[in-house]
Amino acid sequence: MIYLLAVVIGGLYSAGFYMMARRSLLKLVIGLALLSHATNLLIFTVSGVSRGRPPLIPDGQALAGGVSDPLPQALILTALVISFGILAFALALVLRTNESVGTDDLDEMRTTEQ
Amino acid sequence: MIHAAVLSGFVLAVFAPAIQRRWPKAGSWMLSLLPFGLAVLFASHIGEEPVRESTAWIPALGADLAFRLDGLGLVFALIISAVGAFVLIYAGGYLKGHRHLGRIQCFLLLFMASMLGVVLADNLVALFVFWELTSVTSYLLIGFDHEREKSRAAALQALLVTGFGGVAMLAGALLLQQITGTLSIEGVLGQGETIRAHALYVPALLLILLGAFTKSAQFPFHFWLPNAMEAPTPVSAYLHSATMVKAGIYLMARLSPALGGTDWWFGLLVTGGAVTMLAGAVLAFGKSDLKQILAYSTVSALGMLTFVLGIGGEAGARAAVVLLIAHSLYKGALFMAAGAVDHEAGTRMIEDLGGLRGAMPVTAAAALGAAVSMAGLPPLFGFIAKELFYEAAEVHPVLLACAVATGILTVGAAGLVAIRPFFGRAVQTLKHAHEAPSSLWLGPAALAAGGIVFGLFSGTAAGGLVAGAASSVAGIPVTAELGLLHGINLTLLLSAFTAVAGVALYASADRIRPLLRPVVGSLAWGPAGWYDALLASMMRFATFQTRLLQNGLLPHYLRVTLGMAILLIGVALVRGTGPPQKNLLTDVRLHEAVVGILILAGAFSSVRATSRLAAITSLGVVALGLAMTFVLFGAPDLAMTQFLVETLTVILLVLVIYKLPAYTQKSSDRTRLRDAIVSVIAGSLFTVLVLGVTSMQLAPEISDYYIENSEKLAHGRNIVNVILVDFRGLDTLGEITVLSIAAVGVYALLKLRPHKEEPS
Repeated sequence: MIYLLAVVIGGLYSAGFYMMARRSLLKLVIGLALLSHATNLLIFTVSGVSRGRPPLIPDGQALAGGVSDPLPQALILTALVISFGILAFALALVLRTNESVGTDDLDEMRTTEQ
Repeated sequence: MIHAAVLSGFVLAVFAPAIQRRWPKAGSWMLSLLPFGLAVLFASHIGEEPVRESTAWIPALGADLAFRLDGLGLVFALIISAVGAFVLIYAGGYLKGHRHLGRIQCFLLLFMASMLGVVLADNLVALFVFWELTSVTSYLLIGFDHEREKSRAAALQALLVTGFGGVAMLAGALLLQQITGTLSIEGVLGQGETIRAHALYVPALLLILLGAFTKSAQFPFHFWLPNAMEAPTPVSAYLHSATMVKAGIYLMARLSPALGGTDWWFGLLVTGGAVTMLAGAVLAFGKSDLKQILAYSTVSALGMLTFVLGIGGEAGARAAVVLLIAHSLYKGALFMAAGAVDHEAGTRMIEDLGGLRGAMPVTAAAALGAAVSMAGLPPLFGFIAKELFYEAAEVHPVLLACAVATGILTVGAAGLVAIRPFFGRAVQTLKHAHEAPSSLWLGPAALAAGGIVFGLFSGTAAGGLVAGAASSVAGIPVTAELGLLHGINLTLLLSAFTAVAGVALYASADRIRPLLRPVVGSLAWGPAGWYDALLASMMRFATFQTRLLQNGLLPHYLRVTLGMAILLIGVALVRGTGPPQKNLLTDVRLHEAVVGILILAGAFSSVRATSRLAAITSLGVVALGLAMTFVLFGAPDLAMTQFLVETLTVILLVLVIYKLPAYTQKSSDRTRLRDAIVSVIAGSLFTVLVLGVTSMQLAPEISDYYIENSEKLAHGRNIVNVILVDFRGLDTLGEITVLSIAAVGVYALLKLRPHKEEPS
């Protein structure tokens, strides 16, 4: 499974990088989203993925072995929420830029003056 | 005591502008009390045993703020403080009423304190710090008249040349530390034999000499010194004749017991010194600007000092110290006199000056007294210096010939600066010349008088001082029985010959000097031209590099960044990772494979999509695939969050989708292919990275701690939640803050509009 996940991560990164290198602002944002998905999966995978049980302690009992690692999950949870914030902000920027500059072509936005 | 002496200058410098503002007339005289006091303090140490003081500064590096006052340091400290006092007074008169007089006094005091630090420091790191401080203050002083482009360029040039040397010197000092295991100069000097026998001796020597040669304007680094004449005259008199340019000489003199006496030392110093003293003397004689003549004759004198230090031994050490003192006295005086002439007559070109002795008798007398010392005529101190100089050069006829040639040219240059402006036919000058105020003639007169006193009573006045310093330079006790008369010997005959030939040279100056023009041009501008070419090519390279890396196109930045990452990570990966961990999950179940392929398909289709809706839908597929993965591998909290976030994203996108820019293809096929290749390589790199990283042992004890204590300490059974809101609660607070800022940002971007501009 680790090999499949590695390939999936590579594919997501490739797609993300490719989209970020486009001249369209919207594609850039989509690339950013793909990149954050890729990174979340990367953290999840490299911290030792297992088909273990969720890290929940059953009521009244001690936790037996074989649970998934909770630490990367906590990190990714934070990252998920933050990347949503970034996506929302980036979309707002795209909208606003499109409205003021009249283009979403990055090559045409080379100066800070209008 | 020494700490206070060095640091007091820094303290007073801070208050100098305020003092100068409060007492515009008397300020400079008041400020000069500190250097006078320091001079008296240092003078009281003549003939005493060396004193050492040390304070821990950066103990981890072995860098202490250690000072040591011995014979050599004492001579320098006396010159620095005594000349400094007169220069402060002189600057007060020279720049009377200038709105930045307080600033230059501040810089001069800062410089004085730094320079005292250089010559008294007993730690190589401390020495380097003070050394660089002198470069920085020199930059400020040369560029004092910062509204003129030429003075800014000269300041930068001096800073770059001496700064380059300073770095070389630091490297050399660190090599010395490698060899000796100590940063203390006293400690280094004690291990001379170890150093000279060590394999790193030659690199260390070359680096340190690079520092010394640039600072002391030795050929081919001499060009910055004449350009530094852009500085106001008090600065030239202080930094560029009496003190700063001698820092390199100090360094060589200080380290000569450890580094000297080898063939490398002799060859480098004697050759460098001889070329510098001859070139400087020729150039000085060929120039017309008083300050330029003095600058080149300073270059020449610095060459003589390097030359005698290279010869070394008792004779070399004695000659170096006496030359040093004599030169500081006469050259400081001559610079100040030249400044006074400029100030009163309005020009420094010797062709436009003449017969000023009637109008400016005191300045004329001071200049003449100093020039006689420069020419090396009895009974002045310069005569003794020249006798010792010739005596040291007697080791080889060729060296002696170089020394005598320099001596003859120096006599000619001395005539140009002291006889031309003041004697002969009176010339109508730009301004109506009259005697300079006392602040302008006090310095030159006092220094010239010093030359006379030291000459007439050399045994008593200078003997102890010179013996102490020469002993430090030679590393063995040296006696100095100075006197004007040594009986009739070779040096006396050569002195007589020098004087006669020099006077003849001066007499025929008007015929010889035009012949020197082409030589002067090529000698003066050769190395300076290299400097300009080097600077220009560096700027061109910087422009080219900026255009290449920072062209303002975002995709381009991404390509460059990815390219570098591929290169660096790729190299590291190729060089090898450890063996894979044993308990890796390698088997694939069907449903897992389906999810994986779904994610990949989603990613691919979001790239290939031709409409906004298709792209966003594909992105959704990727996100849901991820959520499925989280479910399959024991992370239900993540899956839930991912579903939630994805739902919100969809709502967000649906709200704005038709306000978004249309989906168009902008790049050419070629660009897209190139980007695709770069992206796939970078992506594959991550695939390899994943496999490489999983072979590393992470720190399991952190997770174990959380699993262990989740219920015990935080009374929570969902460990992920406990980590988020309890163990790492502050991180979550930060996360919430980021989200709120993003929300405010979104609101501001969408709702707030700049006011329509009012027609004005």
